[in-house]
Amino acid sequence: MKRWLSLYAAGAYAFLYLPLLVLSVFSFNRSRFAVWQGFSLHWYSEVFRNEQLVNATINSLIIAASATVLSTIIGALAGYAIWKRRSPWLMNSLYLSLLTPEIVTGISLLAFFQWVFRFFEVRLGMHTVILAHVSFSLAYAVIVILARLRTFDPVLEEAALDLGATEWQAFRRVTLPNLLPGIAAAALLCFTVSIDDYVITSLVAGVDSETLPMVIYAMARKGVNPMVNALSAMITVGLGMLIVVAERIQTERAS
Amino acid sequence: MKSRLRIWFLSPAAFMTATLVALPMGIICAYSLMTRGAYGGVIRPWTLENFTRIFDRLYGAILLRSFSLAGIATLLCLLLGFPLALYIARAKRRRNFLLNLVMLPFWTSLLIRTYAWMFLLRDTGLINTALQALHIIRKPLPLLFNDGAVVVGLVYAYLPFMVLPLYATIEKLDPSLLDASADLGARPWTTLWRVIVPLTRSGMSAGILLVFIPCLGAYLTPDLLGGGRTVMVGNLVQNQFTTARDWPFGSAVSLLLTGIVLVLLLGVLGKRERELL
Amino acid sequence: MDTVLELRALTKDYPSHRAVNGISLRLERGEFFSLLGPSGCGKTTTLRLIAGLETPTSGEIYLNGSRVTSLPPYERNVTTVFQSYALFPHLTVSQNIAFGLEQKRSVNASEIKKRMKDMLTLLQLSGKEERRPNQISGGERQRVALARALVVSPDVLLLDEPLSALDPKLRKQVRAELKNLQRRVGITFLFITHDQEEALSLSDRLAVMVKGEIEQTGSPRGLYQQPRSRFVAEFLGEVNWIDGAGVRPESVCISRERPPDPARCYPATVTGTTFLGDCVQIETSLATSQRCVAQVQGGRSPFNAGDDVYLWWNQGDELPISSAPEPALAAGT
Repeated sequence: MKRWLSLYAAGAYAFLYLPLLVLSVFSFNRSRFAVWQGFSLHWYSEVFRNEQLVNATINSLIIAASATVLSTIIGALAGYAIWKRRSPWLMNSLYLSLLTPEIVTGISLLAFFQWVFRFFEVRLGMHTVILAHVSFSLAYAVIVILARLRTFDPVLEEAALDLGATEWQAFRRVTLPNLLPGIAAAALLCFTVSIDDYVITSLVAGVDSETLPMVIYAMARKGVNPMVNALSAMITVGLGMLIVVAERIQTERAS
Repeated sequence: MKSRLRIWFLSPAAFMTATLVALPMGIICAYSLMTRGAYGGVIRPWTLENFTRIFDRLYGAILLRSFSLAGIATLLCLLLGFPLALYIARAKRRRNFLLNLVMLPFWTSLLIRTYAWMFLLRDTGLINTALQALHIIRKPLPLLFNDGAVVVGLVYAYLPFMVLPLYATIEKLDPSLLDASADLGARPWTTLWRVIVPLTRSGMSAGILLVFIPCLGAYLTPDLLGGGRTVMVGNLVQNQFTTARDWPFGSAVSLLLTGIVLVLLLGVLGKRERELL
Repeated sequence: MDTVLELRALTKDYPSHRAVNGISLRLERGEFFSLLGPSGCGKTTTLRLIAGLETPTSGEIYLNGSRVTSLPPYERNVTTVFQSYALFPHLTVSQNIAFGLEQKRSVNASEIKKRMKDMLTLLQLSGKEERRPNQISGGERQRVALARALVVSPDVLLLDEPLSALDPKLRKQVRAELKNLQRRVGITFLFITHDQEEALSLSDRLAVMVKGEIEQTGSPRGLYQQPRSRFVAEFLGEVNWIDGAGVRPESVCISRERPPDPARCYPATVTGTTFLGDCVQIETSLATSQRCVAQVQGGRSPFNAGDDVYLWWNQGDELPISSAPEPALAAGT
């Protein structure tokens, strides 16, 4: 049985990776069809020359960075407070935001923003996208940080208090440094989720805040475009490396 | 923790959650009971009509299709994922590596992974081109823009969510139970069915939930792989909020979808499964 | 000897060390055999090799004369009572017991029922059939594990330190029950333990194992009174080594007056006494500052610390080995 299982596993992993590999390989194809007609970096240069794409990428990065910073900080503070004493209301609301389907989160935020706009002179734009991203990544941040806190011995903080530190000082000087890997993991998660998001972003983005996934989606809808292949390859490799590096750092810290 | 400090720590998150999660959902609840205005706005007459409309023939069919596609995808994930989880749990070294290998595609964007299947399945895509080149078929097979493609896309997207909880329960199995089974005369296949499968039921429930729920609410995959028709509930909702501009009806559908998800989670989840999640 | 199990030069290597080093053993049908040794000596590995849960690096295993070395565990007519009992948590007591029977095609449904009933009665589990493992006591769980392994009528039943989790009082009681059980069912038992008292009281024969090798095999009395090595002597009980001879505390005679035959007689001073319930241990110090322990039956010791006494024993009570430590075993035992 062991041999069948190994064979099956190889097949399963192939199933998981082949589509992405195929995509990447054909990003180097000179023609836009699935027939190999020679190696070419043509599509990659097209990507870098496309103004719309470059702008969208910059937007995506700004949004992801802002949302990550906000979510991580707010989430770390909340996570710490919840670790000390549970807050069922907050946890359940966060779980709710995690469990509602993306499309529902998206339209609810759209409805919310439109309703708010009746009172202020604001329209959809980068700020609404950032807020939306914070809304769905906050739960991730809190959960990751809570998980990390659960491996932390509360006795250490008590020792700090015993030695004369205030609660805030104990947090800052004892807990926070130990929490950094968890915060880094939370930040990475928020960043990834934000960069990738299409559904919610497309509903709450304004004219000036087109993101990378939105552009990719438009291109994909129109048909197969090798530029998307090139973008996909770059994003996959980029994110992949980011994850691998994060894993290495984590395992190094652990040992 | 002193309450003053605690309030400081919790307020930002509480504020964000209240304004960006609770309030929007409240507005949606309100809208679901209102009527569509002439130019697509939302106006006062309170009504339950939106909820009854969901079950008429057209929309009921979409609901049914969503359940069946999600169900088929979940079943396939279970059948495909279980042997993989078994393999990883039995690997003596490199278990973490193998697990990460399963999760890695998940970290690349869903959009890209769905697009990859567009590239493979279309008429001029890789599969058809290859089959034609090998003279197995003469005309391209219509592999894309149908329910089958959507299922493939869903399975591809959520398979890792099935493998992880399954792996977690299989890994916790007391190995002496497997030894005992073999010791008493059960061949490996029998041990699988009589010992391993019954004891991994909590992992299977968790995996089924983790796959079925996102599949049910899927938007992107049926949109791109289903050919722009309103394949599933997610597409219906998006459609109502953009093209059709019937926000009250869209809100009602959204609430129904969310309600089903919550019922599934709270109803099926026992304490053990909640721990896994 | 009617040999039911034979091990020939069985060896098991792991990447880090050699767990079993060329052991050979023969078990007689119907006997209660113990494999005795300190932790890490390879006895559990040997058990797993016999069960088929590990494959040997070299050597052969014969069951009833046929070679089973390369057979998987489910094709050997050998069953195991695991140290943790390994009861299936999702099955009831009766389902657990029936598990092995259901794999055998030669047994039909009514036969299964009958055998089950007999086994439940034999192990005093009647009435507990529908309970789950987590609803019965530890002792009952052990009996279920025994029932499950015995109901399939194995050629050899392997028991992996089944008494180590029990407290001393219970241990003695279960020991007696096990011995009775084995006599009643007549199946060959191979019992693994690190407790010499258990091995000595239960076995028809036993083997002492250390560092992957079998030091000596024989009857309990034979090994206790005629150990072939210092290790075996010291493992099975206490030994006093005086002037190159070994003598057990219960063989040492102690008195205030000089004994009539002064061949082997040592003056000593009592340094302390220890009350052990049914006997008293008297520690003495010889002129050479060597320590010697004598054991006297009965709750009273006629001697006190500081008394001057004479120690002596019969030649025949001496152990047939010298006190020179074997270099291979001296370090680390």
